[in-house]
Amino acid sequence: MRRRPDLQLLPSEITPHEAFISRRQLMQGAIALALAGAVPAVGAATPLRYRKNAAYSTAERINSFDEITTYNNFYEFGTDKSDPAGRSGKFKPLPWSVTVAGEAEVTGTFALEDVLKPHALEERIYRLRCVEAWSMVIPWVGVPLGDVIKRFRPTSRAKYVAFKTVYRPDEMPGQRFPVLDWPYVEGLRIDEAVHPLTILAVGVYGEALPNQNGAPLRLVVPWKYGFKSIKSIVEIRFTEQQPPTSWNRSAPQEYGFYANVNPEVDHPRWSQAKERRIGTGLFAPRVPTLPFNGYAEQVASLYRGMDLRRFY
Amino acid sequence: MRRHLKPVLFVLCALPLAWLLLRAFGIGGLGLGANPIDELQDRLGEWGLRLLLATLCVTPLAVTLRRPWLMGIRRMLGLFAFSYLALHFLTWLVLDKWANLNDIVVDIAKRPYITVGFAAFLMLVPLAVTSTRGWMRRLGARWHRLHRLVYPAAMLGCVHFWWQVKADWREPAVYAALLAVLLGWRALRARRRSLTIEAAQAGRAVTPRCGAA
Repeated sequence: MRRRPDLQLLPSEITPHEAFISRRQLMQGAIALALAGAVPAVGAATPLRYRKNAAYSTAERINSFDEITTYNNFYEFGTDKSDPAGRSGKFKPLPWSVTVAGEAEVTGTFALEDVLKPHALEERIYRLRCVEAWSMVIPWVGVPLGDVIKRFRPTSRAKYVAFKTVYRPDEMPGQRFPVLDWPYVEGLRIDEAVHPLTILAVGVYGEALPNQNGAPLRLVVPWKYGFKSIKSIVEIRFTEQQPPTSWNRSAPQEYGFYANVNPEVDHPRWSQAKERRIGTGLFAPRVPTLPFNGYAEQVASLYRGMDLRRFY
Repeated sequence: MRRHLKPVLFVLCALPLAWLLLRAFGIGGLGLGANPIDELQDRLGEWGLRLLLATLCVTPLAVTLRRPWLMGIRRMLGLFAFSYLALHFLTWLVLDKWANLNDIVVDIAKRPYITVGFAAFLMLVPLAVTSTRGWMRRLGARWHRLHRLVYPAAMLGCVHFWWQVKADWREPAVYAALLAVLLGWRALRARRRSLTIEAAQAGRAVTPRCGAA
């Protein structure tokens, strides 16, 4: 752990792990408490305080809470779409801490509330396009990842950001079989990570994230296939080299590092030209998939001059 | 037991379909979940493959248990398998592809798992058509030869399933292993038979074996 006196994130803001549990009960009204209160034992989801960010939100019909929380790919809980909702009851998202490491001036292990505290939560209604050719519209609550990253002061050598999901086979039954090489890892180029569309989400539908959606902290990168938006993050590492990513390691010819939504570049086994919007019923046709999931205007410039067939 | 086996099996085979229908029509508060088309397609395909494998279990069971009357359930199981797979195919054709001929042709030509699934289904069509007593009589010995198409169809069915899973190959592996056992049993039996025939032709004494097809 490296600490420096000129940190924006003051050492005094960093909760010693031992003090964390007792302090948790004292905190009132804070976002952190809202999150802390979302422990499954409480039974009911905890409402968050946030403002709506209409500029970054789509006006499309939002999927229902039920759809968003019962149809999930979160292989840590099982490979069936219903497994994350059905088998995540034992998972304890709090207390939670995140380790920041690598090419940054501020590194160390921080309690989740300390990572979030300086930031105002906002709601972003984003399209989510799964690599399996279905999509949803989801009202996330979170903070821009770029704002959080700034506080850790990545160095000039930080070209990429690598993320890691928690590894807890006792609480995550899917991790007891090596469907993927656990723990799940993902990564972004630093310019993708600090893009204003990229957020760290802590909630959905105005409430703290349910376990099956990646509680308590997940990434949301709306112009990339869903698997890039890693869940239940315990580590953020700044790197000079492109970090390995789980699905790319599992099937490199099918899943690339970039994984930008692209109707022109098919998955080797199925077409990506169209998608099924969840919630439109038995008799709704697929709708065309848009380049960068409809966010081309905002993000296409990040990839100028790149052959997107090669860097899929 | 013998008398009730067929009607009981009939009901059992129809249960998954009845359950899917209840869910599809939202009866009793049931539903097909957030992605009803995929759910229908997956469950129909899954039960079709299971029943196809069940059909292939009949002969080995009848022979090894020396219960030739078990053969009486084979056609019914096979036709149930075909029905589920036909519905699986129709779901894909109508609900998924909206009978868009271009998309359908492209899928069959470009997507290997769809190519093999489609091929497997095509192989099963003549088997379903010629499953009647009339066709059995008309085709005679050729009927047996034709119905060996069920072996490549089942193999392609297993491949079709395996090729579309993203990373969790456990379920397709179970089906493939079962199929390997069922086909292996047949291969061994065919070999033993041909040896027996050779032995018979060589004029040696042969022990008669249970003769179910």
